Amino acid sequence: MAVVFKRPHALTNVPTHYCPGCTHGIIHRLVAEALDELDLEGRTVGIAPVGCAVMAYDYFNCDMIEAPHGRAPAIATGVKRSVPDSIVFTYQGDGDLAAIGTAETVHAAARGENITIIFVNNAIYGMTGGQMAPTTLPNQVTQTSPFGRDISQAGFPIKVCEMLSTLEGSSYIARVSVDCVRNVNIAKKAIKKAFEIQSQGRGFTLIEVLSTCPTNWGVSPKDALQWLRDNLIPYYPLGVYKDVTEVKKEELCDG
Amino acid sequence: MEERILMKGNEALAEAAIQAGCIRFFGYPITPQTEVAAYMSKRLPKIGGTYLQAESEVAAVNMLQGAGAAGARAMTSSSSPGISLKTEGISYMAGADIPGLIINVQRGGPGLGGIQPSQADYWQATKAPGHGDLHIIVFAPSSVQEMVDLVENAFDLSDEYRIPAMILADGLLGQMMEPVTIKKSEGGKKLPEKKWAAKGHGHKRAHNIINSLYLKAADLERVINERFERYKELEVKHTRCERYMTDDADVVVVAYGATGRIAKAAVKAAREQGVKAGLFRPITLWPFPKQDLKDIAKSAKAFLTVEMSMGQMVDDVKLAIDCKRPVDFFGHTGGIVPTPQEVLDKILKLAGGER
Repeated sequence: MAVVFKRPHALTNVPTHYCPGCTHGIIHRLVAEALDELDLEGRTVGIAPVGCAVMAYDYFNCDMIEAPHGRAPAIATGVKRSVPDSIVFTYQGDGDLAAIGTAETVHAAARGENITIIFVNNAIYGMTGGQMAPTTLPNQVTQTSPFGRDISQAGFPIKVCEMLSTLEGSSYIARVSVDCVRNVNIAKKAIKKAFEIQSQGRGFTLIEVLSTCPTNWGVSPKDALQWLRDNLIPYYPLGVYKDVTEVKKEELCDG
Repeated sequence: MEERILMKGNEALAEAAIQAGCIRFFGYPITPQTEVAAYMSKRLPKIGGTYLQAESEVAAVNMLQGAGAAGARAMTSSSSPGISLKTEGISYMAGADIPGLIINVQRGGPGLGGIQPSQADYWQATKAPGHGDLHIIVFAPSSVQEMVDLVENAFDLSDEYRIPAMILADGLLGQMMEPVTIKKSEGGKKLPEKKWAAKGHGHKRAHNIINSLYLKAADLERVINERFERYKELEVKHTRCERYMTDDADVVVVAYGATGRIAKAAVKAAREQGVKAGLFRPITLWPFPKQDLKDIAKSAKAFLTVEMSMGQMVDDVKLAIDCKRPVDFFGHTGGIVPTPQEVLDKILKLAGGER
């Protein structure tokens, strides 16, 4: 019988701690599949965040380091600069990357640090029980925005892809979603491309993955996917925000 | 035969680190340690190393953490306010058994404090260099040459025990120029193999995990207990101190770092006046050389701690000698350096009853 589906080698054979319906499992798998297909696992070092994915070090089969909250890009920088032929990725949530770790994120991008960031945006702090995140939408109810995020008090969500794509140091910045099969396939391609760009030494890559949090959004897994489509995608449009590997039109012109 | 050259403390320290095999440096500018970074930025790119100016001290210490976790011999340097920011990374490194060297060229505090020499970070370095049950190895050089020599020692011990190390210098040592001999390692120093490092398993072993998180209390306690066994071994095997004329001394001055030199001049002057003074200079501040001090307390009549702080080492001296002798204190803070005359006056006052 032909094998049509199996656990990627880059994922360990252990049950994860994620809530039912959480999309971290899909995203872990996409990262692992990319590492498998590009045969990168043996020289990869993954950096786990603080947040729901804190125990990602148990789930990826490559060497792993657990970073302080928000500091994953700095840890990744230390690894990459010390072992230049390694492949280094961070796996971070929205609170980790866009609040406490904003400086590390922006400056890793500005330096054109040759690393890949998998940025999981579900618009809420999951691990600590559903507080307002830097990417929480205006009027979105969370434990710490019980009347809905009031932009006059709490300001506006941060659009990470839009921000980082303005930096000269960034090379490939894309926002994808894992709400349906089609988008999962697109996400896979983007993640794989980011690792390819890194392995070619072409600079800073970040894939923002719109994700769900059924537990803290207080909806069923199925409704969470619909909520993502109805609310997150309109505010955080999907697409490639920057791609230095793309051949520009003028470069195609003769002369 | 190695060359003897005149060098500024901060620059000599940086060159010594390179000779000790450290080619990864992550820094952030702050007075009075900036020459360490400036020197590294000149030297490291030429020898295939990394000089990286981080966006903050927090980022720099976490880059150090990443480099250390990947098995590199690496360093960061800062001064007092910057070290406060690095305490996060220091705690995580201690908790994940990641070696690395942190330099603190101390200035006055608290807050922005001042930029003159100080020893006001003793408590921070020896008691609470980060949150949690932890120690780091702390060296306190008293001359540029000793700072050079201790750098390699600090790296080696940090690697051997997988405990972060700190050189606790001060603005005086960092900024002064002295003749030094720096041991040259031909073809680079051979560094120990680090099988635990996270730098890619190459499909030759199971994946390595560098981590300080233990959700089960019993696991965390077990890991900390194991780490404290290493601390204990360090205390037994690796405390260091200088004893100067302490054998017959009635008054023993206890001082470290640059203050140790000032105190030594005062001790010499006291001896010239017929007062039996001596100097005990801790070279490791953690582990503190308790036993050596305890031995001295058998014959000494009184102790005088001299520091560029409000007296942060006094309690350690009292504890080391089980409070069996009086321990007095003299010092200046805020960036004022005590003079040998001031220390001498204090010694003479203490010895008054004995003369």
